[in-house]
Amino acid sequence: MNDTNPMLEMRGVGKWYGDFCALYDVNLKLQRAERMVICGPSGSGKSTVIRCVNRLEEHQAGQILLDGVELTEDTRNIERVRREVGMVFQHFNLFPHLSILDNLTLGPIRNLKMPKKEARELALHYLERVRIAEQAGKYPGEMSGGQQQRVAIARALCMKPKVMLFDEPTSALDPEMISGVLDVMVELAGDGMTMICVTHEMGFAREVADTMVFMDRGEIVEVGPPSEFFNNPTSDRARLFLSQILSHH
Amino acid sequence: MTDRRPPPARKKARFKPFDFLMFGILIAGMIYIVYRVDQVLVYHWEWHTVFEYVVRRDETGALVPNVLLTGLMSTLRLAFWGTIAAAIIGLVTGLCRTSSNLFLRSVARLYVELIRNIPPLVFIFVFYFFISGQIMPVLGIDAFVRSASPESVAVVELLFSPIGLFSNFLAGVICLSLFEGAYISEIVRAGIQSIDKGQWEAARAIGLSRFNVLRDVILPQAIRKILPPLAGQFITLVKDSAIVSLISIQELTYVATEVAATTTRVFETWIVVGFLYFAVCYSLALLFGRLEKKMQTGRR
Repeated sequence: MNDTNPMLEMRGVGKWYGDFCALYDVNLKLQRAERMVICGPSGSGKSTVIRCVNRLEEHQAGQILLDGVELTEDTRNIERVRREVGMVFQHFNLFPHLSILDNLTLGPIRNLKMPKKEARELALHYLERVRIAEQAGKYPGEMSGGQQQRVAIARALCMKPKVMLFDEPTSALDPEMISGVLDVMVELAGDGMTMICVTHEMGFAREVADTMVFMDRGEIVEVGPPSEFFNNPTSDRARLFLSQILSHH
Repeated sequence: MTDRRPPPARKKARFKPFDFLMFGILIAGMIYIVYRVDQVLVYHWEWHTVFEYVVRRDETGALVPNVLLTGLMSTLRLAFWGTIAAAIIGLVTGLCRTSSNLFLRSVARLYVELIRNIPPLVFIFVFYFFISGQIMPVLGIDAFVRSASPESVAVVELLFSPIGLFSNFLAGVICLSLFEGAYISEIVRAGIQSIDKGQWEAARAIGLSRFNVLRDVILPQAIRKILPPLAGQFITLVKDSAIVSLISIQELTYVATEVAATTTRVFETWIVVGFLYFAVCYSLALLFGRLEKKMQTGRR
């Protein structure tokens, strides 16, 4: 694939749960090293969009192209795509029966057939970056939420993904834990990682986003740079949303 | 609050005078029943007759196991192979029941429902007379038995059963494991389904194949959760192995029936046999209990 391709392209993507339309005609382009923040009221389909990118949800209409390759039903295709896309979940979803180190090395060892020693070094490298290298031997249950989420970020990075997806990474955290996780994400953005974040952290969005996407009722309502989105939202729905979530800040 | 030390620990539960009184009543009740039985039945207990069927002295005066002990060994062999086979059947069909493939799901469901809704006795008769009679010749078991070398006979007799009864023993193991496998299948299915959806998603998100997701993430967590019911089922398997005595497999219950008939010491025989089963099953329960504790330490 050549470098002029967008990293990710969604063309007319639609998704239904029974009769309920979760996504309708979603069109998005994400360039290399672009940082996109998706926001919107709950149930607006923002999580569904990024879950479609690594096919935790299946889209039923339109096309999704990752680095020029279309997502299909073929299992090989799906597993390959997932290896190139890192995902961080709201509830961390670490593997509780494995040590932190084993949580990180599982992917590289199984998927990339990496030798154990090499995987270990890689894991320690990323644990260092999220600033918890000294806890490699612990189990997830012994850590705070903020630490667990940073481990989850390191676990995703261990697969050397082309794109990172964050699904409300700070919503389940105690307030004092949030900044530690956001710091790691800001650093990652600074290193040129291509990423999409679904988040309500508007401070973070202002600081790192190249593009803001506002969704409501399964549709993209507004796309633009943060300066425009925050200062002059064009739609009433975005204006209402912003006034609601910013009123206490 | 001026003190940061914890309040005194609660006292450990112990028996109170009232409990001892109740124990006394229970024991007195039992003694009365034993006394009544003794008086009313006028039964002459002859334990040594039965004990001789457990161990006996041979011509040189050395103690050697007699039929009841060899029967117990048969039960253990039957249970051992039955447990392994049932675990495999249960795991495979349990996985099938959580599969996204409709065919696998339906077949596994059919198997489980069929077994669970037929009495074990009926199942064993049907299986033995209609299926085992047809399948064993196809597998060539009897041909193997006839042409076996002395070495392989020795191995078979050590691991399974007397060579002449090998095909019978095999039928018993298959019966037992098919029967218990259905229950294990349900336990496995429940275990897999009890694991949070987020674990599947996280494992898939790092690109693991379905096989690896199950092996590395889901099953290790499920095993920990299902160990208690699984242990119960394996102990049940030991007890249920008594049923295959009906198809002339010479395990403990079968032998006991014969001993009771020849000696006419019915009570003694069955009490001894009951004790033997209890000893085996209770040891297993203790073993599983320790295993369970071991698996829980260090993790969340």
